Amino acid sequence: MKIHIKNGRVIDPKNNIDNQLDVFIAAGKILSLGQAPEGFVANNTIDASGLIVCPGLVDLSARLREPGDEYKATLISELQAAVAGGVTSLACPPDTDPVLDEPGLVEMLKHRAKQLNLARVYPLGALTRQLQGKVLSEMNELQEAGCVGFSQANIAITDTQVLWRAMEYAATFGFTLFLHAEEPFLAKDGVAHDGEVASRLGLKGIPSAAEALALASILRIAKETGARVHISRLSTAEGVAMIREAKQQGLHVSCDVSANQLHLTEHDIAYFDTNCHLKPPVRSQRDKDALRAGLKDGTIDAICSDHTPVDDDAKLAPFAEAEIGATGLELLLTLTLKWAAQEKINLLQAIGLISQASAQILGIPAGHLSPNSDADICIFDANEYWKITPNALKSQGKNSPFNGLEMSGKVKATLIHGQVVYQS
Amino acid sequence: MNNPQLDIDGNLRHLLSIEGLPKRILNQILDTAESFVGVAEREVKKVPLLRGKTVCNLFFENSTRTRTTFEIAAKRLSADVISLNVNTSSQSKGETILDTVDNLIAMHADMFVVRHSQSGAAHFIAKHVPDHIHVVNAGDGRHSHPTQGLLDVFTIRKFKPDLHNLRVAIIGDVLHSRVARSEIHALTTLGVPEVRVIAPKTLLPAHVEKLGVHVFHDMKAGLKDVDVVMMLRLQNERMNGALLPSAQEYFKTYGLTQEKLDLAKPDAIVLHPGPMNRGVEIDSSVADGNQSVILPQVTYGIAVRMAVMAILSGGQSHFCHSSGVQV
Repeated sequence: MKIHIKNGRVIDPKNNIDNQLDVFIAAGKILSLGQAPEGFVANNTIDASGLIVCPGLVDLSARLREPGDEYKATLISELQAAVAGGVTSLACPPDTDPVLDEPGLVEMLKHRAKQLNLARVYPLGALTRQLQGKVLSEMNELQEAGCVGFSQANIAITDTQVLWRAMEYAATFGFTLFLHAEEPFLAKDGVAHDGEVASRLGLKGIPSAAEALALASILRIAKETGARVHISRLSTAEGVAMIREAKQQGLHVSCDVSANQLHLTEHDIAYFDTNCHLKPPVRSQRDKDALRAGLKDGTIDAICSDHTPVDDDAKLAPFAEAEIGATGLELLLTLTLKWAAQEKINLLQAIGLISQASAQILGIPAGHLSPNSDADICIFDANEYWKITPNALKSQGKNSPFNGLEMSGKVKATLIHGQVVYQS
Repeated sequence: MNNPQLDIDGNLRHLLSIEGLPKRILNQILDTAESFVGVAEREVKKVPLLRGKTVCNLFFENSTRTRTTFEIAAKRLSADVISLNVNTSSQSKGETILDTVDNLIAMHADMFVVRHSQSGAAHFIAKHVPDHIHVVNAGDGRHSHPTQGLLDVFTIRKFKPDLHNLRVAIIGDVLHSRVARSEIHALTTLGVPEVRVIAPKTLLPAHVEKLGVHVFHDMKAGLKDVDVVMMLRLQNERMNGALLPSAQEYFKTYGLTQEKLDLAKPDAIVLHPGPMNRGVEIDSSVADGNQSVILPQVTYGIAVRMAVMAILSGGQSHFCHSSGVQV
């Protein structure tokens, strides 16, 4: 199968390309950009006039809910959502049921995902057995089964000795730890940022200090052990400052921010909107500004969707009882574009944050359009508006704080390994 | 976003919190309540405003006083009243809040009086009921207890009619208190120039000053020259732990004694939403003393709750007209 994508504006952050170029694909690989290789005859020509052609997006955090929570979402529904959102590779956290702490489970997940022939799934293995923070998981076995890193999902390791050993062990083999920084005692029973809105609404708060304290332990232990650590879903201004300083000291640390956090503040909870019940909580305007600035200056390396599909009934409850999470795979691109437009960031940089940068953090061969690489491609119209509604989303999780908003950036086609897996 | 408490013409549709209600509506409720105070003194303590309507007291959390006063208020308005303690029935069988509410709507309930341990529960129910159903929040978690806030300002207004010249202190567990939040909003909306909160730092929510109050940690400084002292209840489970070391120490530092009350203005009044912990937040001699208006609060509570229900069901103008009361 030979594909010719013509007349598109190619944006490839890794190769610093932003130009109107044709893309030539054969046998699932990118052959060349610009000039057709000699003798190239396309079976399929895609006209990308007026559209942007970029690497398939790479999401650092998307819950697929399999195994165990199929009533919330299924592999097929969420991987269809992924490609509809232009996402061709994604990392999924291990907090499934059962937890991804067994090589067999990881193999099964990889196998089933592969059979669907949609987005590529890169599981993050559980860092400790059952995510209980006590016994290390078999990291080497899990890596052989397909894990690209290790995570505790939202569950903190409270025992700093275990955290230390986990980092030492991971560092021995060069594995990356994906950690969410939240000190569990301070955050206990908290459901919203511990600010004026939580105080007014009578919601139990999670202070910013919960992130700072956890981050201080993680960064300090990372420094001692030399572990490679990625902080998932940073949420506070103080957190951004701490990462900035750690990077200046030469620590091997990276971090991401959820697309939700770039656009929402505690005030969006309004009258107890359960769609804004997220982890980490949506914080203050000052935090949001700092996260945006951190992304701009490179302190924050990437944007993730934090895709967490929840069934409708689970959101039909008073705020604190409503389940945490929002759908995100199909919003990652549009929310990133919105941030970029507001902050006057060029597309090359913005797209890099959801493709090349995330692929690099995961250590996977994706996120660029170099010749001979897999032809994972997202083609989108940056100027087409669409309305976020439950019906417009493929994901089984229909809950979004952005429901009802008119957004620009519509995916027109998604290719994986040179095959068109989505077209609108 | 639309204010969920008001209809398109700005009339009260649900009573969910004091915050978000204009002064006009608060005064409408208080003035209407004024006209209901007399009903209890009649030989026949009833008016027919809610005749044929069904009021459903939906209590997901225990309460005696609030439930009883709502029940009496509804009955005095001639409504049919059903009181359900849901925590002891359906919820323990796994029924969701909305299932419970939908079933009662199917039985043609017209108004829900809701208490729940979670902040936002009344908003949640209000969001999902059909247009003709009204919801009254009788306390949701730490968030709001609007009829309590209203009956407190009603009581204050009875004893200190000029709200624009008052200094009010609210004392105790503001952090967990829906009553305090309602009182603060009611007082500031009605133009009370100085509202103070007095509590240890462990019992104050973050950024409490943004609610428009002055913060004091010292009872003696905070009580100086106030006209109104509003005590809050301290829940038993919060007396020993990381919030407070003991009930004894709390009484010593923040309990209201006559000696401390003497720092307030000589004619200061004392309120408490009940039930009281005598010897913890308030000394018996103060609770039963001549500055206490704690029992009048309970009496006025019925009139205020009648007013709220009458206004919600659209009947108060008719009553006030026929009885010659100006609203």
